[in-house]
Amino acid sequence: MSKPKVGFYWCASCGGCEEAVVDLAEGILDVVAAVDIVFWPVALDFKRSDVEALVDGELAVCFINGAIRSSEQCEMVELLRRKAKAVIAFGSCAQLGGIPGLANESSRAAVMDEAYKHAPSVDKGNTVEPIPHITVPEGKLELPVLWETVKTLDQVIDVDYYLPGCPPPVELIGNALKAILSGQLPPKGTVLAPDIALCEHCDRRETKPDKLSVKQFKRPHLTAVDPKECLLAQGLLCLGPVTRDGCGSPCIKANMPCTGCLGPTSNVRDYGAKALSAIASTAGANDEKEMEKILAGIVDPVGTFYRYSLPASFLHRRYQPTARGGK
Amino acid sequence: MSEPTQRSDSFEPRIVAFFCNWCTYTAADLAGTARMTYAPNARVVRVMCSGRLDPQFILAALRNGADGVLIGGCHPGDCHYQEGNYKALRRFILLKRMLASFGIEEERVRLEWIAASEGEKVQRVINEMTDTIRRLGPLRLEPLPAEAAEGHGQKVAVHGGAV
Repeated sequence: MSKPKVGFYWCASCGGCEEAVVDLAEGILDVVAAVDIVFWPVALDFKRSDVEALVDGELAVCFINGAIRSSEQCEMVELLRRKAKAVIAFGSCAQLGGIPGLANESSRAAVMDEAYKHAPSVDKGNTVEPIPHITVPEGKLELPVLWETVKTLDQVIDVDYYLPGCPPPVELIGNALKAILSGQLPPKGTVLAPDIALCEHCDRRETKPDKLSVKQFKRPHLTAVDPKECLLAQGLLCLGPVTRDGCGSPCIKANMPCTGCLGPTSNVRDYGAKALSAIASTAGANDEKEMEKILAGIVDPVGTFYRYSLPASFLHRRYQPTARGGK
Repeated sequence: MSEPTQRSDSFEPRIVAFFCNWCTYTAADLAGTARMTYAPNARVVRVMCSGRLDPQFILAALRNGADGVLIGGCHPGDCHYQEGNYKALRRFILLKRMLASFGIEEERVRLEWIAASEGEKVQRVINEMTDTIRRLGPLRLEPLPAEAAEGHGQKVAVHGGAV
């Protein structure tokens, strides 16, 4: 009866991370045999009160996916932090902010306007918006408040380990579970994935020229992509040079460039800046005008280079000289 | 060059200047030995080449309190390492566009080619930039959430080499 207790939770995420756990397939039976899952809202019927009833530190480990962008998510992860001995930031959103983190390019007001006023599926002239508090005859009701700025998990609570990826590759999840169950964990703060760049083990590595010189950046849906040649050499924005290895490169095997979901290796602090550096320096021109023309092919630098890591970057969010305040 | 204009709130721009060892830093040295006076607002960091300048350094400077960043390198064709300044320029072009998307005024980051003999250009550029930043006002980035500085599994400080 003394199996270690494990919890899973999701915050601002798409559900893909939950899917990745299920993708362990038969492997999940070994997990269930070795641990008691006591909290997993997406799959099992446990409530917040069940977590509150646990003794502090009773969970051996809690896997939390998703970015943090609402008061409710903040409360839940603070609660789980108290109850868990170890917290693992699971997936790009929890580690670096992920796709929801791109909301930091905008303001809360603009996000709300888009969702409740301008989206094509909203009736024109809609004035209904969520309000955090309302009093009805039955009592006071409360809704979570959406924050101005999306945060990574470790900007809200202390995090012990990180499992990168969108979603984390099954092999890395399996290795992490084995390490946890055997008690053989690396130092706190480690990203549980290889610490080398994706290019190192790329099948197309032999075709990468010594000096990349891109004359035109191309977009994959507008290009006939050679299935053998280095994608960067073909002018596709492949972020393999700056992205952590460990995914088995499914995108590249499917003839699509790496978008960088496993994030940076440990000696890079700001993924987007490093990615920009690597890609911009391949522009094959020495004349300023020509450089500008080639680099204009990179349509959306922030969305391309900070696709999974805007809240974790140095700049953190769009500069708002008049509107300050994190939460 | 006249004294940089003073404003009543006495805001003093903080400029981090990355100068390449072979040209611009030598030019700054020349400006010093020639006793040229210029605004004291630039903190000069010597790098071996403008091509060594990782864009992370620029963002780290802005994050840590710089109101502007000045990059000085050799003129095109004069790079001690042949092509380093071209790499710097390519990154600078894209970085400026990216900073614009972040809502940061493009004048806050400036790239200048300054040869070893151009002491007076160091003087002029630093004075100009100090005036420009004084006009723009301080860059008040929203503070990072407490844990962020060392977080995300990126425990190691910035030391990644240029890719």
